[in-house]
Amino acid sequence: MDPSTLDQVGPYEWHIPASGAMRVPGIIYADRALISDMDEKVREQVVNVACLPGIITASYAMPDAHWGYGFPIGGVAAFTPDKGGVVSAGGVGFDISCGVRCMLTGLARPAVEARKADLADALFAEIPAGLGSRGRILLDSETMDEMLAGGAAWAAAQGYGSAADLERIEEQGRMAGAKPEFVSDHAKKRQRQEMGTLGSGNHYLEVQEIAQIFDKTTAKSFGLERGEVVVSIHCGSRGLGHQIGTEFLRDMVISAADYGITLIDRELACAPIRSTIGERYLGAMRAAINCALANRQIIGGLTRKVFATLFPGAGLPLLFDVSHNTCKVERHQVEGRPQEVYIHRKGATRAFGPGHPDLPPALRPAGQPVLIGGTMGTASYVLVGVPENEARGFSSACHGAGRQMSRHQARKLWHGRQVVDALAARGIIVRSPSFRGVAEEAPDAYKDVTAVVDAAEGAGIARKVARLEPIVCIKG
Amino acid sequence: MPSQNPPDVRSSDPAARWEHFPHDADIGIRGVGGSPAAAFEQGALALTAAITDPQCVEPREAVAVHCEARDLELLFVEWLNALVFEMATRGMIFGRFAVAIAGTRLDATAWGEPIDVARHQPAAEVKGATYTALRVAQGADGTWVADCVVDV
Repeated sequence: MDPSTLDQVGPYEWHIPASGAMRVPGIIYADRALISDMDEKVREQVVNVACLPGIITASYAMPDAHWGYGFPIGGVAAFTPDKGGVVSAGGVGFDISCGVRCMLTGLARPAVEARKADLADALFAEIPAGLGSRGRILLDSETMDEMLAGGAAWAAAQGYGSAADLERIEEQGRMAGAKPEFVSDHAKKRQRQEMGTLGSGNHYLEVQEIAQIFDKTTAKSFGLERGEVVVSIHCGSRGLGHQIGTEFLRDMVISAADYGITLIDRELACAPIRSTIGERYLGAMRAAINCALANRQIIGGLTRKVFATLFPGAGLPLLFDVSHNTCKVERHQVEGRPQEVYIHRKGATRAFGPGHPDLPPALRPAGQPVLIGGTMGTASYVLVGVPENEARGFSSACHGAGRQMSRHQARKLWHGRQVVDALAARGIIVRSPSFRGVAEEAPDAYKDVTAVVDAAEGAGIARKVARLEPIVCIKG
Repeated sequence: MPSQNPPDVRSSDPAARWEHFPHDADIGIRGVGGSPAAAFEQGALALTAAITDPQCVEPREAVAVHCEARDLELLFVEWLNALVFEMATRGMIFGRFAVAIAGTRLDATAWGEPIDVARHQPAAEVKGATYTALRVAQGADGTWVADCVVDV
């Protein structure tokens, strides 16, 4: 994207003034280099989202924004039902509530280093990863509905973790308003054997060292000590979420005309919040959020089991669990007064600042941990939400490095074996069922995650707390 | 239908081919053929190729697939999503396809086998077909092209 075609408002803020069918302006948070590297399609998609009915304030793109489908990945948009606002299946995406959780081991790097090959093998054996892998929990129709209503709380009750985990998960581990009855039989069938599976693509489990602390006070309150080891898990709502996304996208493409909605791009498929299909989607999507929360809770439980065997006494308390692809009802200051708005975050993280009432008491003084995933070979980051971000994208931040190269290109450039060997030479063990999958996820296929988080901090949407470096990566 | 021998699509349609086209986060799939049905068959091969080499897939089992949509473009998405569903719930991967399209209805057979992680080395799981870069059209030379971006 050519920066000279945008209105630069600050070093990290760029505007696209509302024109034509745009109801609000577009705002992109990034530095000049990130903007220059962004595909022109990002602008087109930010503009298209700005044209949707009932959008308020602005159509936002985070520093890791890249070409998605309908919404840009890294897109944030809020809608109000009072202005005919919509909910968009395309604006949430296929992998509903895909997210990251980070668990603290309290172990020093040398202790883990001494056993890291055993740890990698044990994690790879315990946690189903990749296409065709099956979980050990088989859900029948009754337990399926309980899981879809209960989320991580359901998984904890099945013995995966404890109630103490729940306050460290968005929505306290259970998304209210989930309607399992609005989830199709097809979606449920896809999920029957997929609980506790990592999936594939960019999903992973990483053992990481806390390599650098930027904000000592916040790091201390998060339990992050330099030189200690954490585990980060990135995955989502598996087949159930994918099927719900698929079905409602199709239904909303077809129903749009009935609601007088002209779709500039079919992938922006949406329906009024106050409509039968809108309400059905919200109920099903919330059930998929619970599926993702339950899935990460189960994988967290399996991870604890592995650590308990190799490192007796390591309890792995949860730092936090964030979701990326959601539509949530939140209260925000809009036009000078608090309003309930429906916020779509597509490849973006909720990032509440200090004092937010939805944060648990232990995290309220500092703000919400924001977990930014890197790649197999580069850092991940822990950020924290800041007070001023409410006015800069409804308390949202970036979610990861963001791809800068297609899978097609990556596959042409690298072979998986070569990537695994190069990372091994740097002390990073990768275990994956697919070398081709590793090649497509090669670190250089992604943007520079450090530039992304620096832009997030510079733009005043989140603040850096700690940098995490990979030690072991289980790749789906 | 399941006992029918799988066709060799390439030999019956000289225009038939598939390819991938780039998309930042995902994969664009393209099927080309002498008819919409042939383009859909090739598009399905491109879908499999997003996961593994289609030539590594043994056509051991046949699965019948049926779907409907109001136009050819929406039908292409339905077809790909039907295959994604069958792959996910059967734990299978498909390497041969025979498609018949009559109006708004598609009837097809997909031949494949259970996924074998060691042999197929599946690179990614396709989550679903999207409406991005979706196009089904006949070119000036008479060949049909079916394009779609799939989310992986």
